[in-house]
Amino acid sequence: MALQAVLVVLVLALAVFVLSGPLRSGGAAVERERGELADLEAARELKYSEIRDLELDFRTGKVAEEDFRAQDRALRAEAIEILHRLDRVRGEDPAG
Amino acid sequence: MATLGRALLIFSLLACLYGIGASLYGARAGRRQWVDSGRRAVYVLAGLLTAAFAILEAAFLRSDFSFQLVADHSSTTTPGFYRATAVWASQEGSLLLWVWLLAMWSSLVLFFTRHRLREIAPYATAVLLGFGTFFTSLLVFHLFATDPFHQVPASQVVQEGKGLTPLLRYPSMMIHPPMVYSGYTLFTIPFAFGIGALITGKLGSEWIRATRRFALAAWLFLGVGILLGARWSYSELGWGGYWAWDAVENASLMPWLLGTAFIHSIMIQEKRGMMKAWNISLVLGTGVLAIMGTFLVRSGILSSIHAFGASTLKWPFLLLIAVMVIASVGLVVWRRESLATEHRLESLLSREAIFLAQNVILVALTFVIFWITWFPMIAEVFTGHRSSIGPPVFTKFVVPLALVLVLLSGIGPVIAWRKTSRASARRALLVPGIVGGLTLIVLIAVGGVAHKPFALIMFGIGAFALACVAQEFWRGTRARQTMSGESPPRALASLMRRNRRRYGGYLAHAGFAVMLLGVAGSSAFQHSTDVNLSPGQTAHVGGYDVRYVKPTAVAEPEKIVLGAVIDVAKDGRHVATLRSTRGFYPSTDPNDGIIGRYFAGEATSEVGLRAGLLKDVWTDIHPDITPLQPVLKEGNQKFAALMGEIRRKYGTNPPPQVTNFVASSFDAAVTGVANQFVKKPYPSTFRLIVSPIVTWIWLGALIIFIGALFALWPAPELARGRIRAAYSARVGRELQRS
Repeated sequence: MALQAVLVVLVLALAVFVLSGPLRSGGAAVERERGELADLEAARELKYSEIRDLELDFRTGKVAEEDFRAQDRALRAEAIEILHRLDRVRGEDPAG
Repeated sequence: MATLGRALLIFSLLACLYGIGASLYGARAGRRQWVDSGRRAVYVLAGLLTAAFAILEAAFLRSDFSFQLVADHSSTTTPGFYRATAVWASQEGSLLLWVWLLAMWSSLVLFFTRHRLREIAPYATAVLLGFGTFFTSLLVFHLFATDPFHQVPASQVVQEGKGLTPLLRYPSMMIHPPMVYSGYTLFTIPFAFGIGALITGKLGSEWIRATRRFALAAWLFLGVGILLGARWSYSELGWGGYWAWDAVENASLMPWLLGTAFIHSIMIQEKRGMMKAWNISLVLGTGVLAIMGTFLVRSGILSSIHAFGASTLKWPFLLLIAVMVIASVGLVVWRRESLATEHRLESLLSREAIFLAQNVILVALTFVIFWITWFPMIAEVFTGHRSSIGPPVFTKFVVPLALVLVLLSGIGPVIAWRKTSRASARRALLVPGIVGGLTLIVLIAVGGVAHKPFALIMFGIGAFALACVAQEFWRGTRARQTMSGESPPRALASLMRRNRRRYGGYLAHAGFAVMLLGVAGSSAFQHSTDVNLSPGQTAHVGGYDVRYVKPTAVAEPEKIVLGAVIDVAKDGRHVATLRSTRGFYPSTDPNDGIIGRYFAGEATSEVGLRAGLLKDVWTDIHPDITPLQPVLKEGNQKFAALMGEIRRKYGTNPPPQVTNFVASSFDAAVTGVANQFVKKPYPSTFRLIVSPIVTWIWLGALIIFIGALFALWPAPELARGRIRAAYSARVGRELQRS
């Protein structure tokens, strides 16, 4: 019984320690930047997969060449916009 | 350890409540530290519940009957594997399993999204912890369920437990609950993030992308669970089928169907920003149905082989479901303007149009099954009488919808996003159309199938769908070969590796067609007969001669197993030797007599099965134990007299040699009863079934799961990096020009 009581106290202390961890430290600004970056990188990945899907559809004969050109152009423009936003978050100059 | 177990449950509840408060405060006040602390509450919950679960598991493994739960659901003679899994055979154990799985999956999703979805994640955390609060409350306050760590006083600890319910002593049946529960708990993740998206108004596709793999995993786990249940029904229940449209079976099928709809429709939102209101409704509906599935099994409102006895969980679950429905509907109505579609459907010949049609069919299927499942319970409220609705009512509606679904599963992969020209569509559908048509013609020419029009159409459509998928693989491989100059096998492998989601999905479509072909063939062309045979007699079924060769009997510590050796022949040639048995477990009622109780408890079947790619021969025996009754009666009387004599002579504490004598006499008597069945040529009732292509169902399901796993599996970082670099370079060139 005494062992169980000790274990109960230890578990409680460990839980409180883990939960209070973030409250004992800072770093919110860095977090915000990382969050936005992660979202944009995910959006970029999705756009690339859309371009790849469209290419595969074209090569397997599902999309006419004219439609492919138009859609591909639109998707690449959207990808460029995401890259611009990524550069802005990273603080890089898109012009080089 | 019971005190520690109980403390862990109380800490779990406190962690849930703290996490909800911290997450909501952090989100409202913009205090990131509190949001992080709230997320950590989920990790803490997972840790606490893992420890609680381990304590209970250890009690089962060492047969610690001071735990009431162990005494009620296990015994020293229960095999080790079943002892380990008996935890979730009980109401309390399965509730603990549910909330433990919820905590584990929630931890995983919140860990992966810890740097993303900054606005949505805190609300999702609160919702997930809300589910955690609900389930841990049930266990902590045990107002509606008993305490899983309840201990009996030392003086009342029994020497032997009641053992695991015999029907559950089947390997896949013990894996089935964690699979189904993983499906249910994983489906609460998109639900929670959907609620978060609605609250914050961040209704883009980011949250869908972040939880997509979890939704697919939910679909996969639930599918595997459903399949294991079907397999158990086929092999263990002795009625010869794999799906009975039982309310609990339907309860797991409904979220799976709606989940199938949303894992397709969310692709439309990801790619085209369309159907946001529809998608979020499907996501929320699937979450509600997942909780409803748990409710149907756990509430005690059903009398089903799957339901777990009388329970008082009905009202808390109804309250939870009501809160989920009201909150979901309210939030969708509140955000209706933000849920407006970004693009319109460009063409009916587009993948999004096919997905939409498929979604409508899946929702219609779910609605039909929902209505027919719930109708008897709703009718009972008004009439006081529960009517029974059998499988024919379901199949009347489900079969036509399933036909359309298989057709669409073939068309979908060959049509492109946005729009496909008529010429392209004609080209893509020509060969599959010919394959489907030829299949129909050949089947009609061979004969014997024309009287089953639905099955015939399913074969034609199934062949069409398979041809569509095969053509996609072929065209993709050719395109890859042209680009890379690789050999066909290498081109196919790299094509699939680079497009996991697409080709995993195609594999799942092929598996679905194979599975429904199996369902159509096995239900339409099954031969079944119930016969009474004595040893040496033969029955004829589906072109096979089935001979009852000889009876068998084995007395085991836990049960008496009576059975038969059966010889199966076709046109005079031996096909298989099958062994079909029925295990009789003793009842715990002393009024049934010391020997007679063996035939007064539960009984389970082990069917004799010869499974083949084209045909299954299935046998089940129901031994007639009436002729054994005089022997049982005599045994009961003799043992009652012997026990009375011992009590008179030695009181309640006889010497060991007397106890050993009674035990060996008892073993000899039980073996003697079992041998009677072999010595005397008693007739037995047999159910004999010959079903074509049942194996295709399991094979189709396997293909579906391989496809889903392939789509789910993340591409290696190296491969992803290479693709990313190639496209970055290309878009980079565009960037310079722009």
